[in-house]
Amino acid sequence: MSSEQTELERDISDKVDDVVEPAHGVDEHPAGDHKHGLTDMGYVKVALILALMTAMEVTLTYLHLPGKVFMTILLVLMVAKFWTVVSYFMHLKFDNKIFTRLFYTGLLLACFVYLAALCTFQFFAPS
Amino acid sequence: MADIAAPTTPASEPDTTAAVALGVEPDIHGMVPTPGAHDDHGLVHGGGDHAGGEHGHATSTGLSNNKLAMWMFLGSECLLFGGLISTYMLYRGRHEGSPSPSQLYNIPLTSVSSFVLLMSSLTMVLAVSAAQRHDDRNTSTWLTVTALLGATFVGAQVFEFTEFYHEGLGFTTNLFGSSFFTLTGFHGVHVTVGIIMLMALVGMINRGKIPGNKAEVVEMIGLYWHFVDIVWIVIFTLVYLIPS
Amino acid sequence: MAIAERPSPVLARSGGTVLVTPSSSLGVFRRPVSSTGWRSWVFTVDHKKLGIMYGVAAFTFFIIGGCEALLIRLQLAAGSNKVLSAEAYNQMFTMHATTMVFLFVMPMAAAFANYLLPLQIGARDVAFPRINAFGFWCFLAGGVFLNTSWFLGGGPDTGWFAYAPNTSVAFSPTHGVDFWALGLQITGIASLTGAINLIVTVLNMRAPGMSLMKMPVFSWMILVVQFLLLFAIPVITVALFLLTFQRDFGAAFFSVDKGADPLLWQHLFWIFGHPEVYILILPSFGIVSEVLPVFSRKPLFGYKFVVFSGAAIGFLGWGVWAHHMFASGLGPVSVAVFSVATMAIALPTGVKIVNWTMTLWGGKLRFTTAMMFAIGLIIEFTIGGLSGVTHSVSPSDTQQTDTYYVVAHFHYVLFGGAVFGLFAGFYYWWPKVFGKMLSERIGKWNFWLMVIGMNLTFGPMHILGLQGQPRRMQIWTEFRAGDGFFNGAFWNLVSSIGAFILALGIFAFIVNVFLTYKKGEVTPGDPWDARSLEWMTDSPPKEHNFDSIPTVHALDEFFHRKYVEDEETGDLTLVTTYAEIMAEMEAKGDKNIHLPSPSYWPIVLALGLPIIAYGIIFNRLLSVFGAAVVLFAIFGWSLEPSVADASDYDPPVDGDNGESTKELATLG
Repeated sequence: MSSEQTELERDISDKVDDVVEPAHGVDEHPAGDHKHGLTDMGYVKVALILALMTAMEVTLTYLHLPGKVFMTILLVLMVAKFWTVVSYFMHLKFDNKIFTRLFYTGLLLACFVYLAALCTFQFFAPS
Repeated sequence: MADIAAPTTPASEPDTTAAVALGVEPDIHGMVPTPGAHDDHGLVHGGGDHAGGEHGHATSTGLSNNKLAMWMFLGSECLLFGGLISTYMLYRGRHEGSPSPSQLYNIPLTSVSSFVLLMSSLTMVLAVSAAQRHDDRNTSTWLTVTALLGATFVGAQVFEFTEFYHEGLGFTTNLFGSSFFTLTGFHGVHVTVGIIMLMALVGMINRGKIPGNKAEVVEMIGLYWHFVDIVWIVIFTLVYLIPS
Repeated sequence: MAIAERPSPVLARSGGTVLVTPSSSLGVFRRPVSSTGWRSWVFTVDHKKLGIMYGVAAFTFFIIGGCEALLIRLQLAAGSNKVLSAEAYNQMFTMHATTMVFLFVMPMAAAFANYLLPLQIGARDVAFPRINAFGFWCFLAGGVFLNTSWFLGGGPDTGWFAYAPNTSVAFSPTHGVDFWALGLQITGIASLTGAINLIVTVLNMRAPGMSLMKMPVFSWMILVVQFLLLFAIPVITVALFLLTFQRDFGAAFFSVDKGADPLLWQHLFWIFGHPEVYILILPSFGIVSEVLPVFSRKPLFGYKFVVFSGAAIGFLGWGVWAHHMFASGLGPVSVAVFSVATMAIALPTGVKIVNWTMTLWGGKLRFTTAMMFAIGLIIEFTIGGLSGVTHSVSPSDTQQTDTYYVVAHFHYVLFGGAVFGLFAGFYYWWPKVFGKMLSERIGKWNFWLMVIGMNLTFGPMHILGLQGQPRRMQIWTEFRAGDGFFNGAFWNLVSSIGAFILALGIFAFIVNVFLTYKKGEVTPGDPWDARSLEWMTDSPPKEHNFDSIPTVHALDEFFHRKYVEDEETGDLTLVTTYAEIMAEMEAKGDKNIHLPSPSYWPIVLALGLPIIAYGIIFNRLLSVFGAAVVLFAIFGWSLEPSVADASDYDPPVDGDNGESTKELATLG
């Protein structure tokens, strides 16, 4: 065996360290720097967009659209609202990527296991 | 038998020694505070629970311990609410002995209370922003408004529960009842805990009694609050707007 | 060897200005300050003391769970024995499994993790020391609460997976299941807080230079396990809440007469339950990955593959839970998907077995007890792993479901795997933790009795199971026992005899511990010529772990400081001794190390939880009181800074202004 690291090993190793360590050990947002995020006015605008999306959701329920169209639009709006709050109000868009990874790991895992479980109950089968 | 990339040089000086020479003190992490990063009290004390990047201590990732922990907790909460939502989805159609979901739900009322909770996220983010500017007065004000909006939401939920009960849906009536009250009840308890934390925080800010970094504490509770809000975004759509 | 009792000379030398002013104490009471006696343990937040307490408590539960197993085997030794009634037998196997899984293997892994993880990554404590203490007290409170059910109407009697609707009041009228659900809820809090704490510790508190891929495998496996716990615990929390609501608040979740689906519980339980299996085994995988290289005098073969296969096992572990439910009528598509996913898990597990074997290959092997347990794990776990693969084949599994074949399988992986790993850890790290070596002579007895005992106990169960002996039955009949080699009566007796040989092996360990405590030889600091950072300090370590935090340059940092490898021949040359490294670290030691201060609140908060739980079962007023205790403790906690006020410290040492010793004094 050679004492050299193989290309593959080095590559994997770098990738793992990248998961939690910002490049070159320098944090994009040094401690004490709270300048990231939107201005207060920006937050108000985001809230307006969220309010608008909620209004759309509620209006949709009174429109008697065909089931599939209605469901699709509602789910898209739900995901959009969710994403907006997480990215802007919870600062994930501006913060270190580790937070995003930790949170979305839990979220996606939850979606995966529970959707799979509901599938075994024939939940999504046309009734 | 060959070792992988064995370094042959003996250990070099740990980089904390330089800092010690300057009279700066390493904390229990063996990390040295970054110069000029003293917090409000001018303290550089190290220390477990409140140590972290926001405190002026360099951690391995440069990030605050508290914030990492909070995000992990929220990731974990996704699986908690996921389980409750799935239970509800499975059981929502099993409503023998009570009105069906679409007969019971009062969409206008729930829309208003959802809107109130959504707006409380805005006031919360304004509180965080004020805290980061070290603006105690506005922080307290926005936190109080957030708590009031949250209380309005919980009030609407209590009203809704009472209505449902009078219309014949109790916790023990059927599977729909058990799973509906468990899911929304869990959410309501989360909001209530949030309100208690907000009020305690206002009290502590007004008395100047926050151990650790104030802006970070506000941000922590803010993350929790927003999370409760996004759970409601999901519940509002999946439970209320999409009928079985 | 322990120099913790005296102030370190480095600390005593400090005299310069101290910039640090501990913030004023805002707590309701003065903080605990004892450095000796029981108070120094009960209020401690030191990860090493908490690790030892985890270990002692978990081992006590191990003995309790072991006695339960012996009673089960006594009952099954002959066909229609009357040692246990059917009711008692049901409680016995339920509590045996619950105790071994939740109150022994998990907390024992937590003991190792607590003690060793900060040392292995070069930290002075965990990220949240008070939460760490809270986790321990939660586990203990939950475990004791669960076991008090024996005296309050009978233990849970539904099996450790507590299938609905068997758990409904109609089928299990005692309070046993209530105790089970609430007790596990409390230990779950311990696991969840512990998981968050240790992940943050690994991510944030590594010594300079210690990138993730320079971390010892044990730390890696603990990291993977904590992620599994982080995401698996909330699922069981949901299930346990539904169960408690069902039994104590009249909810309908598992009432089949109201249209409930019994599979809901099974899904929730096994979504948690399967990752739980890896939560139990991966710490032991980590332990043997530390032990084998040291006693083979070789680096671990394919470090990265061991790490990634561990992570892969953790990841795949989320997609296989329904293989516990093949016999429940899931439908062919689900069964096929979960069957294939389950087979896939054999791959990363096989990678690990190969890597361990290759580590041994060509090494200068030293057959210490720790090494023998580690090799024992490789062999016994492989047997259990292979019978596990037969379960992934669903037609075969349908035959084996609920027979002793399954019992044989999971005891080979859990006893031959997880428990052997933990014993390897006991022998390997005992000198680290207590400064004394466990006797190798008694250790050999311990090992061989356990190996013979476990194979005699669990080996025959394969035969019994394939002959059709069902699990969870307190009697079996000669009528169905089979003839000749397959005679069930014979193998049941062998199995019961094996169980007592196994118990003798455990007894040998207890004797070993006792004799070592009485008159064991004091060890040198680095008795095994070890490789990782936890050995690069005193044994036992000082309160602050390291005089100066080492800068890490390589995997197996400590070994590479001691030895230089000849690039041509691979020969090792000793360049620095342990003593020289220690002297160097002490010479440039940090001054005025601030360690987290003891606190009342973790134990107060943890003790409020069982009060609430008793209240839910017996009297709701008690719950209100418990909730008040919890609320009070939370407020006390949040108002208390993690570092105590100066006036709370022990009196300063003369002529020193107290600056140098006061931090150490508070720790005790």
